[in-house]
Amino acid sequence: MEYFIQQLINGLTLGSIYGLIAIGYTMVYGIIGMINFAHGDIFTVGAYVALAVILLLGISGATGATMLVLALLLVLVISMVFTAVWGWTVERIAYRPLRGSFRLAPLITAIGMSIVLQNFIQVTQGARVKPIQPIISGGIPLFDGRSDGGIIVQLSWMQLLIIVSTFVLMVGFTFLITKTALGRSQRACEQDQKMAALLGVDVDKTISLTFVMGAALAAVAGLMFLLLYGVLDFYIGFLAGIKAFTAAVLGGIGSLPGAMLGGIVLGLIEVFWSAYFSVEYKDVAAFSILAIVLIFMPSGLLGKPEVEKV
Amino acid sequence: MSAHPMLKVEGLHAAYGKIVALRGVDVEVAKGEIVTLIGANGAGKSTLMMSICGTPRAKAGQILFDGEDITTTPTHLIMRKGIAQSPEGRRIFARMTVMENLQMGASLVDEQYFDEDLNKVFDLFPRLKERSAQRGGTLSGGEQQMLAIGRALMSRPKMLMLDEPSLGLAPLIVKQIFEAVRELNRNEGLTVFFVEQNAFHALKLAHRGYVLVNGEITMTGTGAELLKREDVRAAYLEGGAH
Ligand SMILES: Nc1ncnc2c1ncn2[C@@H]1O[C@H](COP(=O)(O)OP(=O)(O)OP(=O)(O)O)[C@@H](O)[C@H]1O
Ligand SMILES: [Mg+2]
Repeated sequence: MEYFIQQLINGLTLGSIYGLIAIGYTMVYGIIGMINFAHGDIFTVGAYVALAVILLLGISGATGATMLVLALLLVLVISMVFTAVWGWTVERIAYRPLRGSFRLAPLITAIGMSIVLQNFIQVTQGARVKPIQPIISGGIPLFDGRSDGGIIVQLSWMQLLIIVSTFVLMVGFTFLITKTALGRSQRACEQDQKMAALLGVDVDKTISLTFVMGAALAAVAGLMFLLLYGVLDFYIGFLAGIKAFTAAVLGGIGSLPGAMLGGIVLGLIEVFWSAYFSVEYKDVAAFSILAIVLIFMPSGLLGKPEVEKV
Repeated sequence: MSAHPMLKVEGLHAAYGKIVALRGVDVEVAKGEIVTLIGANGAGKSTLMMSICGTPRAKAGQILFDGEDITTTPTHLIMRKGIAQSPEGRRIFARMTVMENLQMGASLVDEQYFDEDLNKVFDLFPRLKERSAQRGGTLSGGEQQMLAIGRALMSRPKMLMLDEPSLGLAPLIVKQIFEAVRELNRNEGLTVFFVEQNAFHALKLAHRGYVLVNGEITMTGTGAELLKREDVRAAYLEGGAH
């Protein structure tokens, strides 16, 4: 039982990170119908920028609590600004000129962009893994099962931080998309760009902002990943990107709550499979479940059923 | 024609790839005027409405709105100058509620006017008020038409463009809409440029009309003049005068 709860917490943490990255895929897909393959690498950029700023500021496990919070917020802001600029630039130079051409063209440039970003990081940062010392350690012991041969279930501060901030971000983001003028414009562009323009919406700007938002969330995920695992290499974005993309498809591509749900489901599957069966086959398990879900629910868990007229 | 036209289209050519839809169209709409455009299916009426808004772009010719050259202005900036269009096919945002569709119409307007404008639209179409929380895609065809017109009105336009506003609506509602257009025009000086299949009603409502044939304007005159012409009656009024 204790083991189960511990794995649940671990799964939720991993799922939160996948979910935050998945939102970037799903939003871009929603608005221009393309898979932004370079999104995973934007996540890598976010993690590396966070690492650089952490080293620059000399943040470590010894930093006092108040200072640590402020410093990490600064790290986050800088990293978000950086990825936002990356995201914006990638859209501007690699995707926008191809809008309106045949469907595969932007997909191919996206893969190209992904390779460019990966190699850029590899060349500038080196191919070896970069470790950092744990910055946030400790946690809350939830209960101690040792008396009857179990284990201590612990919710680490880091896990708590990840789960809580993901939740807060999701609430804020849902509000932004469903209740604000910007969110409405984004949804309008998703459904009919020409009509949105006829109502005075600047479609190009709205699409750019979508990339910027997705990239900023990827930076949050990048910082979380760095703090949680403590190691980076130029390849993390590729794997995390594929997983997050899977999460977006699992949840129903184009759907925001779907992306989050897909991320969490995927995180749980991976963690539980590794815990009870074998670590080696965790990805096989995750993709098998994706395949099964798609057979029975072709538009994903929360995908939009197409029932409207018009 | 007034010395200061609201809209002035000169020698407009437009095409979809190799398919030419407009071949040198000249149209003028004066401030405060109601002008209609009639013509057979495929004549290029919707193309003219849309290309005034920049999509498709003019291949040649010039479009002036309120004295300003908008021939190459991006669509969203053209609309911001005070044009609203209820386009062919209605183009309701299917996955947004009726209210959200109306909010989209008001995107460019100061929020302080929202409630007032909303009430006007709801007075005109009480049906929309009942359905305000329903998704656009699940409205009936007629309700969608009302929503498209209401959405256009929400932007407080200087010039309102309607592409077949009566399509799919019951005769009583059509009468209401035409009456509303007349009132907006009379009371608020709204300029209206509209396409209509029902040439009889259109020419009765409009101050002036244009006849578009195969991408070219072939006739123009006041509503009454065009209604009297034998060729217009034969081509566009057969069975329409009821
Ligand atoms: N997107 C498009 N691509 C290619 N050709 C088009 C397109 N839209 C319109 N056309 C062509 O341009 C011509 C003019 O079309 P348009 O829609 O302007 O006609 P219309 O006068 O509005 O007709 P209707 O009364 O049927 O609405 C037609 O021959 C049509 O086939
Ligand atoms: Mg038409």
